[in-house]
Amino acid sequence: MSQGTPDRVFSVSEVTGLVKAALEDLFPRLWVEGEISNFHRHQSGHLYFTLKDDKAQLRTVMFRSDARSVAFELKDGLKVLCRGRLSVYEPRGEYQLYAEAVQPKGKGALQLAFEQLKEKLRIEGLFDPARKRKIPLRPGTIGIVTSPTGAALRDILRVLERRHARLGILIHPARVQGEGAADEIAEGIRTLGGLPGVDVLIVGRGGGSIEDLWAFNEEKVARAIAASPVPVISAVGHEVDVTIADFVADLRAPTPSAAAEMVVEKETAFLDRIGHFESTLALRMRYKLRELAAATVHLTQTRAFPNFRLRLLNAAQRVDELETRAWRRMKDEQRALAGVAAGLRLGMEKMGSAMARILRESLACWERLSSALDARSPLAILAKGYALCWDPATRRIIRKAAETRAGAEVMVSFRRGEIACQVRTVDRSATVESRFKETP
Amino acid sequence: MSAVHFEKAMADLERIVDKLEKGDLPLNESLALFEKGVKLARSLREELAKAEKKVEILLKDEQGGLRREPFEPGEADDEAGSGDEGPSKP
Repeated sequence: MSQGTPDRVFSVSEVTGLVKAALEDLFPRLWVEGEISNFHRHQSGHLYFTLKDDKAQLRTVMFRSDARSVAFELKDGLKVLCRGRLSVYEPRGEYQLYAEAVQPKGKGALQLAFEQLKEKLRIEGLFDPARKRKIPLRPGTIGIVTSPTGAALRDILRVLERRHARLGILIHPARVQGEGAADEIAEGIRTLGGLPGVDVLIVGRGGGSIEDLWAFNEEKVARAIAASPVPVISAVGHEVDVTIADFVADLRAPTPSAAAEMVVEKETAFLDRIGHFESTLALRMRYKLRELAAATVHLTQTRAFPNFRLRLLNAAQRVDELETRAWRRMKDEQRALAGVAAGLRLGMEKMGSAMARILRESLACWERLSSALDARSPLAILAKGYALCWDPATRRIIRKAAETRAGAEVMVSFRRGEIACQVRTVDRSATVESRFKETP
Repeated sequence: MSAVHFEKAMADLERIVDKLEKGDLPLNESLALFEKGVKLARSLREELAKAEKKVEILLKDEQGGLRREPFEPGEADDEAGSGDEGPSKP
């Protein structure tokens, strides 16, 4: 090769083509480990980034068709392993790695994807406990999004059968694994959640590998759950399987069977609560009646009756008023008790004989007491022809001759009417008995 | 009765019981509440007793509309994964 007159002159394209061919021959397929930098996702869907270590950089491109299958999110700083081939991008004369697959270094791609989405949705607040809605006490219809031929549905129906649950079930069939599964699940959630009468959703599938369960880790499913107008119970795989859907759901059931149990439990708890309320009602009413009976006794024995006597003896002119008050009181109580009888007819049917007995007892008690009161009423005594003599100045009953004196004014009250009198003489020793001895 | 009605009726019943528990009401009011409570509890029980199990599946017709059909579970297949009894993921 002499200077100035080259044997052979290559065009740029030729030399680039030769380098390209040599490079492709030399590295048909290889794995490269490095850290992502200058990551860029083009509108077209192709990914461009640089793989670097502490000494060198390697331009990398990943086409859309390959990029689609990357479950996790590529970003600067992430350490990855790229599988691909080396070639030259001729327009720029740059060699680069054409990546076909990428996986995070140190952990599985799905694991990383899971962590990334979980963090993203957590920051958005989709897992916030305040967002969780209560599962209705007694759903009318339960919407189920799952495979119609899957184990999850079979298990759910088996539980409902065993527990004799009388509930409406509406299934939205969806594939639960493979391409398109997440779309079908999300659509099922949207459709069922929007149907009138559907009060709660169960979304899930039976157990499987992390790949099998993957649809429940996809963002579209998480978003559909979060947007559901009715509460969603997630029921994916086994107890140990935790998916993004579980975090977003209003309630996580460890298994599909458990989801069904939870709904049925609600119904049982519901019946228990009704039962509890019924017995509390009955108990309260019983106390109320006992209280009433006790109050009646108390009223007559310790307050009203002695009061009644005391006041009558001390102020005869208030007999009428007392009469009115006493009888009004008594009538009120009697009316109330009659109300008890009417109102309790229903209750008696329901609550049985215990309450009816208490009611009868309190009515009988009242009748007994009111007739006793009647017999001893001063009105009854006045009606027999007795009269009360009292001092209008002190408004006190005059119980013996010594309490008045000749010339004093006294009042005498009869059953009807009263007379004002003036005392002419006072005999302190005369007795009623001596007077009546002479009568036949 | 919808789930919402159930919740409401239950809340009403609870309020009635609470009021009665306080016990400072006149007899007439207590009785009215008692009667209302017993009626409410009974109607809830009746509603529950009336309910029936109904299993339906939502199917798409040719026009893309949805219709409900009674659902009879067949044998589970493996495509949808093993059941709760099956092997767990590693």
